[in-house]
Amino acid sequence: MKNLMCLAAVLIFFIQTAILRTEANIIAQTCQKTPNPPVCLSSLKSDPRSTQADIYGLAIIMVDVVKAKSTTTLNQINQLLKQSPRDKGLIDCADRYNAVLKGDVPEAYEAINVRRRMFALDGMNDAVNEANGCERNFAGRSSHPLTKLNKDVADVASVAAAVINQFG
Amino acid sequence: MDTSTSAYAPLPGEDPLFSGHPPASLRRSWKGFAVIFASVLFLLSLVGLIIHQGPQQPPDVMPDKQDEHHHPQSTTPASETTSSWEPRGKALGVSAKSNPPVSDELSYNWTNAMFSWQRTAFHFQPERNWMNDPNGPLFYKGWYHLFYQYNPDSAIWGNITWGHAVSTDLIHWLYLPLAMVADQWYDANGVWSGSATLLPDGQIVMLYTGDTVDAVQVVCLAHPANLSDPLLIDWVKYSGNPVLTPPPGILTTDFRDPTTAWTGPDGKWRITIGSKVNTTGISFVYHTEDFKTYNMSKGVLHAVPGTGMWECIDFYPVVINGSKGVETSVNNPSVKHVLKASLDDTKVDHYALGTYFEENETWVPDNPALDVGIGLKYDYGRYYASKTFYDQNKERRILWGWINETDTESDDLAKGWASVQTIPRTVLFDNKTGTNLIQWPVEEIEELRLNNTDFSDVLVEAGTVVELDIGTATQLDILVEFEVEPLESSETVNSSVGCGGGAVDRGTFGPFGILVIADETLTELTPIYFNLANSTEGDVTTYFCADERRSSKAPDVFKQVYGSEVPVLDGEKHFARVLVDHSIVESFAQGGRTVITSRVYPTEAIYGAARLFLFNNATGLNVKATLKIWQLNSAFIHPFPLDQIQ
Repeated sequence: MKNLMCLAAVLIFFIQTAILRTEANIIAQTCQKTPNPPVCLSSLKSDPRSTQADIYGLAIIMVDVVKAKSTTTLNQINQLLKQSPRDKGLIDCADRYNAVLKGDVPEAYEAINVRRRMFALDGMNDAVNEANGCERNFAGRSSHPLTKLNKDVADVASVAAAVINQFG
Repeated sequence: MDTSTSAYAPLPGEDPLFSGHPPASLRRSWKGFAVIFASVLFLLSLVGLIIHQGPQQPPDVMPDKQDEHHHPQSTTPASETTSSWEPRGKALGVSAKSNPPVSDELSYNWTNAMFSWQRTAFHFQPERNWMNDPNGPLFYKGWYHLFYQYNPDSAIWGNITWGHAVSTDLIHWLYLPLAMVADQWYDANGVWSGSATLLPDGQIVMLYTGDTVDAVQVVCLAHPANLSDPLLIDWVKYSGNPVLTPPPGILTTDFRDPTTAWTGPDGKWRITIGSKVNTTGISFVYHTEDFKTYNMSKGVLHAVPGTGMWECIDFYPVVINGSKGVETSVNNPSVKHVLKASLDDTKVDHYALGTYFEENETWVPDNPALDVGIGLKYDYGRYYASKTFYDQNKERRILWGWINETDTESDDLAKGWASVQTIPRTVLFDNKTGTNLIQWPVEEIEELRLNNTDFSDVLVEAGTVVELDIGTATQLDILVEFEVEPLESSETVNSSVGCGGGAVDRGTFGPFGILVIADETLTELTPIYFNLANSTEGDVTTYFCADERRSSKAPDVFKQVYGSEVPVLDGEKHFARVLVDHSIVESFAQGGRTVITSRVYPTEAIYGAARLFLFNNATGLNVKATLKIWQLNSAFIHPFPLDQIQ
């Protein structure tokens, strides 16, 4: 009986480490194949679902992050628009982030759910494009409030695309 | 018990270690020790895992070597740059010729491979340097001639001469020496655009705009030095130039681009030339018998308020219910007249159909709401300074159009060239709609077709991208036809009207189409597509669009969404022809009712990495696509081997 308990404890320990190592490996391996592994890892690990997720689940988590950051950015744009309602750059940025939230993000979710790699790729790559497009409107200005937000969105969206690109 | 075989014969109950029944105290400590040991190991391994799982060194192979967020480091503040910079050409009084750069630096870390790829394989372009308007196109003694505004010294506008090339088939061009250079006082600032007139007695008259040493725009006359030379290499300028100067009340910078002449009822020749009064675009008419002296008509051929300066006027007849072109002088009830102007203010070519009243020399549009400058465009993309000529060889009206670069001037200087011409297009009156022209690439382009790949009824469901396996995808002639199958279960979304913000705008019935010059991860792509929108009356409006917004990762190239409504008649499917030639894409919807020319400068979707896809971004319909796709050969445009004929 005591030997059995001993054996059970050791087995549990090995199984736990094996599971943890596998989960950790999926995330690590996936993130290594993205253009920005640190962003990938921090995005995924901050979501508890990532430990149980397969590649499709990880992709969903990344799209969630894109959605969250795009929402934050759009809110900031709308705040800035209240102060400068006729700023063409801001108006264009608002259009772009609306496109991300109304088009790219839902498109990506839908495509991931039916395992359509290319269509999901299309959505997330477009989100990268919109974020970069917004940032171009302010090129040449030394700094403005949207720079970091645009970069964040572009970063997570390009990571999301790279995760999607790994669908089997 | 056999005690002889064991060294120690345990006395019953006396030696707990060998009996399997450890004493109570030892049993507890053994169990405790085991649990503690296992837990420590477990914890150690956990700690080990967590450390092992920490941030890895990123692998050396990074897919994106170029930082997407790289901005050119501007050494001068933005305000300083923009206030001192003016589009090239504006100071001299012609339309702006360049795409405004954000900074003077390259827009991207372009490699030679990327730049080389951009050169087209079968579109006309000089070997190097700047080109703009097509000039004086004509067919003579077996050769098609193209002249063009050309800067022999640089890849940006300036020092303008007339370049010259010939071809027997409008596709395989051979470069000839410059036809005219700025060597007279009356064209010292540039030998600008003009047109050819073929006289019945075999003479060739060339009228062009000279920008004088004082920057006054004047009309000048030239003719071939030797009509027995089929190549028309040498040209002679009339000693009495200029033949026309700006009339009173017209600015010296608002008088340019004389047209091909036509005969009137009195047998005399007429030309028209564009100008403006305040913001009204106008077109003067002049009479002449010898092209040396002229009488100005009272009034104007036509005027449209608010359209600004009319450059590169074109005026020609098209046959109603016809299938051929007609000579420029034809005028009878079986033709309509097209009046076309390049609007200086917007850099767009507009045309309108109407009637020419030769008695009082006016032209009236069929539909004033679609008058010149406010209605139809030849091409809804990057396209300007177009000009037609009558090809008496095959009885066609042929249209040339200048396609400028949409990357930055500094890119053009770095790569050493700028601008291409479209593939020449035949122009016909659209007999089915009666309200527009039809353009179509000349049939000679089909000589370039190599192998073809057919796809039949490819199902592209709502929300899908499908790759088409055709090998290299940079030189293609694509015919595609879509059959739409609305889904019953779909809720009607507000369909985006027009081309919206691009192919990413999803509607119930669109967009759907093809992705050209796309890489396999869809980082770069150019959608050419249809978008269907329900109008309030319940009928469907179709838009045809080209979306350049993701055509390149390079930040400073121009990336527009182009497009327009296209008439789709009852019983017609949605069909398009797309010519892909490296950095230029020409797209024709519904047989040429709506045309869009796009320039793309990908960084990844080049050479073997360029692919072709079908896509369907609609939420409420599936499409079935049928395609015929040809690989197109290069036209190998090169200098005429003059040493072999002299």
